[in-house]
Amino acid sequence: MTTLQLKNIVKRYKSQAVLDDLSLDVANGERLVLFGPSGSGKTVLLRLIAGVIEPDGGRVLIGGEDMTDVDAEHRGLGMAFQNFALFPHMSAFDNIASALTSRKSSRDTIAAGVHKVAKLLKIDHVLSHHPKALSNGQKQRTALARALVGSPPLLLLDDPLRNVDAKLRFEMRLELPRLLAAQGATVIYVTQDYKEAMALGDRIAVMAHGRIRQIGTPAEIYNAPADIEIARLFGDPTINLLDVMPQRGPDGVFVELSDMRLRLPGFGAQIVEKQCVLGLRPETIAFAEASAHGAIPVTVEAETPLNEKTVTLALTVRGREILVSRPAGTPGPVAGPAHIAVDGRAAFLFDKATGQRILPSELASKRNGEAA
Amino acid sequence: METTSPVERLLRGVALTLVVVFFMFPIVWIFLMSFQTNETILRIPPSVVFTPTLENYAALITGKLQTASGTLDIAFMRNLGNSVLLSVASVALALVLGVPAAYAFARHKFRGSEDIAFTLLSFRFAPPLLVLLPLTQYFQWLGLSNTYFGLIWIYQLICLPLILWIVRGYFEDISADVEYAYRIAGHSWFSTFRKIALPLAGPGIAAAGLLAFIFAWNNFVFALVLASADKQPVTVGALAFVTASGIQYGQIAAAIVLSITPTLALALYAQRYLVEGLSLGAVKG
Repeated sequence: MTTLQLKNIVKRYKSQAVLDDLSLDVANGERLVLFGPSGSGKTVLLRLIAGVIEPDGGRVLIGGEDMTDVDAEHRGLGMAFQNFALFPHMSAFDNIASALTSRKSSRDTIAAGVHKVAKLLKIDHVLSHHPKALSNGQKQRTALARALVGSPPLLLLDDPLRNVDAKLRFEMRLELPRLLAAQGATVIYVTQDYKEAMALGDRIAVMAHGRIRQIGTPAEIYNAPADIEIARLFGDPTINLLDVMPQRGPDGVFVELSDMRLRLPGFGAQIVEKQCVLGLRPETIAFAEASAHGAIPVTVEAETPLNEKTVTLALTVRGREILVSRPAGTPGPVAGPAHIAVDGRAAFLFDKATGQRILPSELASKRNGEAA
Repeated sequence: METTSPVERLLRGVALTLVVVFFMFPIVWIFLMSFQTNETILRIPPSVVFTPTLENYAALITGKLQTASGTLDIAFMRNLGNSVLLSVASVALALVLGVPAAYAFARHKFRGSEDIAFTLLSFRFAPPLLVLLPLTQYFQWLGLSNTYFGLIWIYQLICLPLILWIVRGYFEDISADVEYAYRIAGHSWFSTFRKIALPLAGPGIAAAGLLAFIFAWNNFVFALVLASADKQPVTVGALAFVTASGIQYGQIAAAIVLSITPTLALALYAQRYLVEGLSLGAVKG
């Protein structure tokens, strides 16, 4: 276990900033997931921590020690690559052992270490094979074994499940947390899959355009996204995003949905008449009786059963699409007119111009108080 | 499976035979000539029926050329030895210099790296005749003319750019991640170069070395101008067969057979390296 601190990291390729003044603190033994769309700089950041590329500015501190100018081989990290990066001319055994041979350990120690980690990853029967003869899943496990075998205090995993099939990915997603916990290392895990991020991370750092947009626990990211982009990236089915212009009503601020008023409790006058985007998680919307209070009329267009949930596409009176998600097996309208109930307290409101989330007044004032 | 009609197969066979005959005929003919005397070679009409003789090979190996006007001394075996020495040494030197350079150009983009690499390549564009005159002068001043060292040096004009550019491509094809992985596993850049980059680029290095060897072996003009008889390779030495009393076709044929044998053998041997794709399966399949 060790700590990692990145201070004002800058990396440019041909004057284009890939990492733009990025700072990050990772605690001892923490599992931090770097999440972001491709091209957001996750992989570059990981390589920079590993020491195989150099930053144009900023410092990298590992365990409190400045490692910015230390070569990769002296940083003592473990890293697994997205494309596995196995040595094609070496057997799986030698691949894994490569992380130990540099330490001048005896042959027996090396063999014992390799066999131990291979057993853990269930590849002990293919150790004599060359990468060419390994299945994708075995390659991935070999790459992981190579990263783990030296018990590095800091483990960098660059989307290790990206190139394996869906079934294996699901298995590994369940297996990895146990494996990583057993290692006791501080882990930086890069992924593009929000489910993986939520399943594996103690905290998630959402990256975009070379910056960290938001950092927090999976629940924080999901329940309090900092902007539209993050709200869109987390969640399946995707969050409903509707252009709205809040109005002032007799009992607070409201927006119009299917010509009905949806009250937004907690929001103040600052959002009235402002171009906003309303964010509604599909699972916070439920079908309701027409007579229910605040029921909004919709037309059901299509229903898609996904394993554990059923997703319905509905249209508002004005023809706007809304996705409604409910647990599989619960009854719901299949087609035609229906009504939905929306909880205004679960709704997000974003500034259409900046994409930033607008916090309800009381939350905002609380935040401001904290800042002051 | 693709199905082909018998006619199509027949036509394909005929076409292939024609191509093979077209390309192989000169070699077969030379091979036959090398076992004939000048008289049988110059027979009209030519015939493939003859009594084979080892006279030509004997003359080459003993260095005594029998002509109508007496016995001539030829240094063919020495020329052959020179060719082997010059080509092997040139390729060896070019590999020692070129492979690390190719790695540097492939992996490290430094200021002007492209320009330097291109300048080295441009040595191959320049017609040798363009540089020969000044080179002759320099070599005389430096005392390098008619030395093996001077020739090997000048052969770098042929070998080095070839090896540099071919091997560079192979190094670039190796995923940088594979090398990063080895570095992160705790190995220095030099051991990464030795244990990862070199073995993975092995087939490419073999191919480049072979090509460079053939080019060096076939070189004529540098050796003609910069070396005298005792340092000349076979390409220049073959001129000796054009004697005052006529052209010794039989010996020329035998000389050609002997001089293509090393490159042919090398090409056949190295063939498996040329087609071997070691790096397949290195990254995701």
